[in-house]
Amino acid sequence: MEILFYIAAAVTVLATLRVITHVHAVHALLYLVVALIALALIFYLLGAQFAAALEIIIYGGAIMVLFIFVVMLLGPLAVEQERTWLKPGAWVGPGILALVLLGEVGYLIAIGDHLPITVSETRQKGVSIALYGPYIIGVELASMLLLPGLIGAYHLGRRVSKESR
Amino acid sequence: MINLLWLIPVLPLTGFLVLALFGGRFTRQQVAWIGCGSVGMAAFTTALVGGGFFQSFPDRKFYHQTLWNWIDTSGITVGISWYLDALSLLMVAVITGIGFLIHLYSAEYMSGDDGYSRFFAYMNLFVAAMLTLVLAENLLLLYLGWEGVGLCSYLLIGFWYREPEYGTAAQKAFIVTRIGDTAFAIGLFILFTQLKSLSIQQVQSLATEAWPVGSNLAAIVTVLFLIGAVGKSAQLPLQVWLPDAMAGPTPVSALIHAATMVTAGVYLIARTHHLFALAPLVQEVIAVIGLTTLLLAACSALVQHDIKRVLAYSTMSQIGYMFLALGVGAWSAALFHFLTHSCFKALLFLAAGSVIHSLHHEQDIFRMGGLRRHLPWTFWTFLIGAAAMSGVPLITSGFYSKDWILWSVWSSPLSHRWIWFGALLGTLLTGLYSFRLIFRVFFGEVRTQPTGEPGLAMRIPLVVLAFFALTIGFLELPHALGNVTLFSHYLSHALPTMELLPGMDEWSEAREQLTVTVSALLGIGLAAFLFLPGSNFAARWTDQSTDRPSVTLLQGGWGFDRLYDRVFVRPWFLLTRNPGEIIDRGYQWLAVGAESCHGWMSHTQTGHVRWYAATIVVGTLMLLGLFAM
Amino acid sequence: MLSTPSLVLAIMLFGLGVVGLLSRRNILYMLLSLEIMLNAASLAFIAAGARWGQVDGEIMFLFILTLAAAEVSVALGIVLQLSYRFRTLDADAFSEMRG
Repeated sequence: MEILFYIAAAVTVLATLRVITHVHAVHALLYLVVALIALALIFYLLGAQFAAALEIIIYGGAIMVLFIFVVMLLGPLAVEQERTWLKPGAWVGPGILALVLLGEVGYLIAIGDHLPITVSETRQKGVSIALYGPYIIGVELASMLLLPGLIGAYHLGRRVSKESR
Repeated sequence: MINLLWLIPVLPLTGFLVLALFGGRFTRQQVAWIGCGSVGMAAFTTALVGGGFFQSFPDRKFYHQTLWNWIDTSGITVGISWYLDALSLLMVAVITGIGFLIHLYSAEYMSGDDGYSRFFAYMNLFVAAMLTLVLAENLLLLYLGWEGVGLCSYLLIGFWYREPEYGTAAQKAFIVTRIGDTAFAIGLFILFTQLKSLSIQQVQSLATEAWPVGSNLAAIVTVLFLIGAVGKSAQLPLQVWLPDAMAGPTPVSALIHAATMVTAGVYLIARTHHLFALAPLVQEVIAVIGLTTLLLAACSALVQHDIKRVLAYSTMSQIGYMFLALGVGAWSAALFHFLTHSCFKALLFLAAGSVIHSLHHEQDIFRMGGLRRHLPWTFWTFLIGAAAMSGVPLITSGFYSKDWILWSVWSSPLSHRWIWFGALLGTLLTGLYSFRLIFRVFFGEVRTQPTGEPGLAMRIPLVVLAFFALTIGFLELPHALGNVTLFSHYLSHALPTMELLPGMDEWSEAREQLTVTVSALLGIGLAAFLFLPGSNFAARWTDQSTDRPSVTLLQGGWGFDRLYDRVFVRPWFLLTRNPGEIIDRGYQWLAVGAESCHGWMSHTQTGHVRWYAATIVVGTLMLLGLFAM
Repeated sequence: MLSTPSLVLAIMLFGLGVVGLLSRRNILYMLLSLEIMLNAASLAFIAAGARWGQVDGEIMFLFILTLAAAEVSVALGIVLQLSYRFRTLDADAFSEMRG
C-alpha cells in the first residue's frame, strides 16, 4: 500500500523534473500528463476517487489538450521543432513512467476487494451535499469566474489583423 | 383584491422606467398616455385594494405584504414589505387620486415644453417614491421613499435647468431638506442600536415597553425625527426652501409642494405617534413650531407679489395647522386637514397655473386683474379653493377640518389657551391673504390680456378638485352640525383618539366654533375692505407701498434667508476661501511626497513577469519565516 | 498514514514549480510551472481532507480545478496574442509596462 504511494510519488517528481528541464514544449507536455496521472493515482490512494477521476479528465484531458492546441497554433515558432517531436526517443521516457503507473493500477485491480483504502460512497455524497450546501457561494463565484474566462479567451484568442493595430 | 397592493407603487415606477429609457421614441401623445396612464392605473388599483381592505375592515386592521428581503444579515432583516392600514390607505388614496388629476392637468399644461417625457418620467418617479414612503412597513424603506421624493423634488424644481436661478433654488431645496434628512437618519441609527429593529410597528411596541414616558432616549429620537419632518414639511426653522421651490412648473408645485411631499413630515409624525407619545415635551415643541410657522408664513403670504409664492407661504401656514394638531395629540384632525388641504391647495395651484398659462407666464399679481369674466372656470374653481382655505363656514371642507383642529387645540389637555388664540389669529390672516389673491387677480381692471380658458384636460381636474374641496369635509361634522364621525371613526383604528379636557361639552364646542367662524369671515371681510378695487384702502396697497422696511421684511420671509446667509453660508465660504491656500499647501506637500515615494517604488516595476514572481516568492518566504519564529 | 509523505510531496512539487517559474524564460513553460504549483496545492488540500476525513479538501480541489481552467484559457489566449505581436515567447521581452 505505502509502496504504491512512494512509487507514484517518485514518478510524479521525476516527470515534473523533466517538465521544467525539457526544451521541447510537446515533450514537456507529455511529461506533465504523466505527472498528472501519477498525482491522480495518489489522490485515489488518499481516498479521493472523484478527485482522481477529475484530475485525469479535466487536467490531463481538457487543460493539457488546450496547451497542445496552443503549441500547434504558435505555428512558425514551433514548426522547425516539428521534426524532432516525431522522433521515437521523445515518448520513450514518458512511456516508461506511464508503464510503471499502469503496473500499479493493474496491481490495485488484481487485489480487488482487498483494497487497503476505504472507498466510501457516503464521502462522495458528502462532497456533493457540502458543495451545494455551505459552499454554494463558492460555486456561484466559480461560475462568475468561468464566464469572464470564456469571454476573455474568446476576445484574446482572435488573431489581430495588421491594419487594426 | 387586496393582494394587488404591490402593484400600486410598481405601476408608476414602470411608467418612469419606460419613459426614462425610451422616452425619446414616443410621440407627445404617447408620453402623456404612459405618464397619466400609469398613475391612473395606480389610482384604479388603489380603489380595488381599498375595496378589499374595507371588506374585512374593522376585524382586520392592517394588511402586510412582503415582496422579498432587501437586506438580510445577522442582526438585521429589512424587507421590501408594504403595510396598509387606515392611515396609509388614506395617504395612498390622496397621492394616487390627486396625483392622477395633476398628471392629467400637466398633459396639457406642459404640452409646449421641450422636456415633455422627462417631466412625466420625473413625476412618475415621484409618485412611486411617495407611495413607497407611505406604504413602507419599516423605517429604512420609508427612508428610501423619503430620499426618493427629495430627489424628485430637486429634479423638478430645477426642471428648467437652463435658468441658473432655478438651479440654485433646486439646490437650496435639496440642501435645506438634507439637513432634516440627516437628522432623521441619525434618529434611525439610534433607534436601531437601541431596539435592534426597524419595523415601524415593532419599534413602537418595543419602545413603549422599554422607555418610560418622558425618557431621554425617546426625546432624542423624536427630536431627530421632528427635525426630519420639519425639513420636509417646510416648517420653522427649515422653511426657507419652499418659496424658492416655486421655480418648478406649476403642476409640480401642486403635486409635490402642496398636496403630497410636504405633508410627508405630518405622515411621519402620525406614523410614529407611539414614539411621540413617549415624549410629551417634544409634542409641545411640535405645537409651538406649528403655531409659529403658521403665523409667520401667513404674514409673509400677505405681502407677496408672486401668485405662486403666496400659495407657497399659505402651504407652509396650512401645514403649520397640521403640526399644531399633531402637537396637541389630535392625530385624526391633522390627517383630516391634510386630506382637505390636499384637495383645495392642489386646486388653488392648478387654478393659479391656469391663470399663469393664459397670461403667458406672468406671475406678478399686480399685473393681473379683472380675469373674472375672461376665465370663468378658473375664477370659480379658484374661488372655491380660496374659500375652502379660509374656511368659509358650512359649505367648504376647509371649514370643517380647520374647525376640528381649533376645537382640538381648545379642548386638548396638551394645549394652552394662548396657542388657541394664535391659531385663531391665523384663521383671520388666512382669510385675508386668500381673498387678497382673489380680489387682486380676478377683480378690477384688466392689466394683462389673457388668451382664454384652458382646454378640457386642464378643466376636468379643476372641476373634480373643486367638487372635493367643497364636499370632502362632510366626512366629519361637529356635534352642532349633525355629528358625522365617519373619518375619525375610520382613523381611530390606526391612530389614538384625543382625550378631552374635563368640562368640554357640545355647547362649549359650538361657542368655540362660532368664534372661529366669525374670525375667518372677519378676515375675508377685511380683505374685501382693503383689497377690493374701488374700496378706500385698495388704492393705498399698491406697488409703492412695498418700499417700507416692514413690508420688505415680510416679503423676504422674515429675513430668514438673510440670517442663514450671514450665519452659515458666508462664514463657510470665508472659511473655504482664505485659509484655503494654507490647507491646499499641506495637501500639495502630501502630493509631492507621494509622487517622490511613488518614483522610488516605480523602479521596482521592471515589467518582467519573472521578477514579479520572484518578489512574490521571496515575500511569501519572508512571511512564512516571520510566522515560524 | 500517508498524510505526512503527501504533504512532503506537495512541498516538493510546489518547489519544483517555483523553480520552473523563475528559471524558464519561455512563457509557455512558466504556465506549465503554474499548473504544477496548482496541482501541488490541490494535493495538499486533498491530503489534509483525507487526514481529517472531511470533504472540504475535495471541494477546494474542485475550486482549484475551476480556477485552473479559467486561468489556462485566458492565459493561453494571452500567449497567442503575445506571439502574434512580438514574434517571440520570451517573457523578458514583454517589458513594456516598466515603471
